[in-house]
Amino acid sequence: MKTFKGNVLFLDRSDINTDEIIPAKYLTEITKEALKPNLLEDLVLPGFSRADTEDKAVIVTRENFGCGSSREHAPWALEVNGINVVIAESFARIFRQNMYNCGMFAIELPKATIDGLFKDYAGKAVTMEIDVDGSQIVIQADGKSETIDFAVGEFDKTLVKEGGWVGYADKNY
Amino acid sequence: MGKTIAEKIFDAHRVDEPFPDTHVLKLDRVFCHEITTPIAITDLMARGMDRVFDPEKIKAVIDHVTPAKDSKTAEQGKILRDWARRHDIKDFFDVGRNGVCHAIFPEKGFVRPGYTIIMGDSHTCTHGAFGAFAAGIGTTDLEVGILKGVCAFHFPKTIKIVLTGSLQPGVYAKDLILFIIKELTVNGATNMVIEFTGPVVDAMSMESRMTLCNMAIEAGGTCGICYPDMTTVDYLWDFIQDEFATKEDALADYSKWVSDADADYERVLTYNVSQLQPMVTVGYKPDQVKTVAEVSGTKVDQIYIGSCTNGRIEDLRIAAEVLKGKKISDTVRAIVSPATPAIYSQALKEGIIEIFQDAGFCVTNPTCGACLGMSNGVLAEGEACASTTNRNFNGRMGKGGMVHLMSPASAAAAAISGTIENSDLYKA
Ligand code: SF4
Repeated sequence: MKTFKGNVLFLDRSDINTDEIIPAKYLTEITKEALKPNLLEDLVLPGFSRADTEDKAVIVTRENFGCGSSREHAPWALEVNGINVVIAESFARIFRQNMYNCGMFAIELPKATIDGLFKDYAGKAVTMEIDVDGSQIVIQADGKSETIDFAVGEFDKTLVKEGGWVGYADKNY
Repeated sequence: MGKTIAEKIFDAHRVDEPFPDTHVLKLDRVFCHEITTPIAITDLMARGMDRVFDPEKIKAVIDHVTPAKDSKTAEQGKILRDWARRHDIKDFFDVGRNGVCHAIFPEKGFVRPGYTIIMGDSHTCTHGAFGAFAAGIGTTDLEVGILKGVCAFHFPKTIKIVLTGSLQPGVYAKDLILFIIKELTVNGATNMVIEFTGPVVDAMSMESRMTLCNMAIEAGGTCGICYPDMTTVDYLWDFIQDEFATKEDALADYSKWVSDADADYERVLTYNVSQLQPMVTVGYKPDQVKTVAEVSGTKVDQIYIGSCTNGRIEDLRIAAEVLKGKKISDTVRAIVSPATPAIYSQALKEGIIEIFQDAGFCVTNPTCGACLGMSNGVLAEGEACASTTNRNFNGRMGKGGMVHLMSPASAAAAAISGTIENSDLYKA
């Protein structure tokens, strides 16, 4: 199982697509590691710079994250940068499935909860950790701690615990 | 309660339901191209699992960058080619015989009503035009598909779109789907199947239905679906005539892949499209749609006619009708890429290639080319392209470039005037 703990990158925009997460010109790479320097290179978001992705483990964002191309290079580009968790109001289907297929978390929370996260924590030093068995997000900021429950399907949780879909399917089908 | 076509396909293919709302389906087809498959192959090899579930059901093509443009794309082609040979995948389309995946696979008769299909490509939804459940997936799902011939999906909630009235001359499936995406928004159909039905769809060719289904993903949809009918049978007849005595028999059999009248839908939307005008995107999201008339006069630098959305013979014929006897504006350059070798040959025979060349178009080999900004027409910073493709994301056709999505008729009109305009085929 991967680790799901660390600093948080807040991306205050909806519809961030997989071309923005990793542009098509890098799809000729044959290793995941090669994608590392180009994560979110084409993101259109005022105030954002590539340096903001450094030392982050969790992304918090808005609606329809990961729309567009099916490229699994998008979760990989996150993974090689140490980001194994994305928390959003909603995800595009293929991206969401790709995350769980890679044993990573794509967590959906209601709009009001996401609004609250942005209001309370964006711009601050904050860490989040996923308690996998308890289905909770544990947030630490200003010496205080808060937990938020989230829903995750049994299948998705199984993929996270077994480290992905290939091993599971090979065993079962 | 009746069932939708997607539910019927799920019922006929379900091999397991290991968890609530996790449906593991048996696959009829796994399609592959050289961008997303090599990394799956390499990973399977690293896991010591370099096997395929059934070489007959796997079809592969090099289409995104072809012929290879550099060492990296050459390597991707080589990995796919070597793998196809190693596993005796006979339907592998290499340079010279290759075309855009979602155009060449239907053309070869690989898609049938009731099939389940996956591909590591978001526009796999195109194949739903035949009454199949066809979904884009990522590399891990592709690996499992190649290895085991299965894929897991959630229950296929469905939006039914009923299209009534009739399209005006100069208005096409592309204008219709742009309008529908505007209505649904870019995530309005996430995790859902979109059924396209009604007299307008009944009257459409398979090519137009593919254009419609192709862009289901731009509204977040898992798959676009049209019901199989005599148009479907006619298109497939060369490939299925050994299976059925008559076309009527084929139709009777395929009719099991039609939704029941009392099926349960997430939403049903009915539109009378008789007043629909040519549409165009203005912005970096496919739901940022306006009428062509609203943005008439907007300058473009490049024209691109091609792709899995609108690179078929019907599309080239329409564009040629607009271009015949005309020259493109001095202020633009224009590119046309017939989507498959068969389409290219047909266009040659009909004199369409000559019309494009006389007008001043560059005619390229069949490829995805400029559609994803990897070759054959990448834009410079600040440039705009009038394009028949399906995605207008920022940087899609080159960093800092703007893509205006439109029909082949509108793209041809833009080539002539150098600005976004309605074509002469649309008289309003
Ligand atoms: S033509 Fe464009 S959208 Fe279609 S498969 Fe090729 S790159 Fe993808």
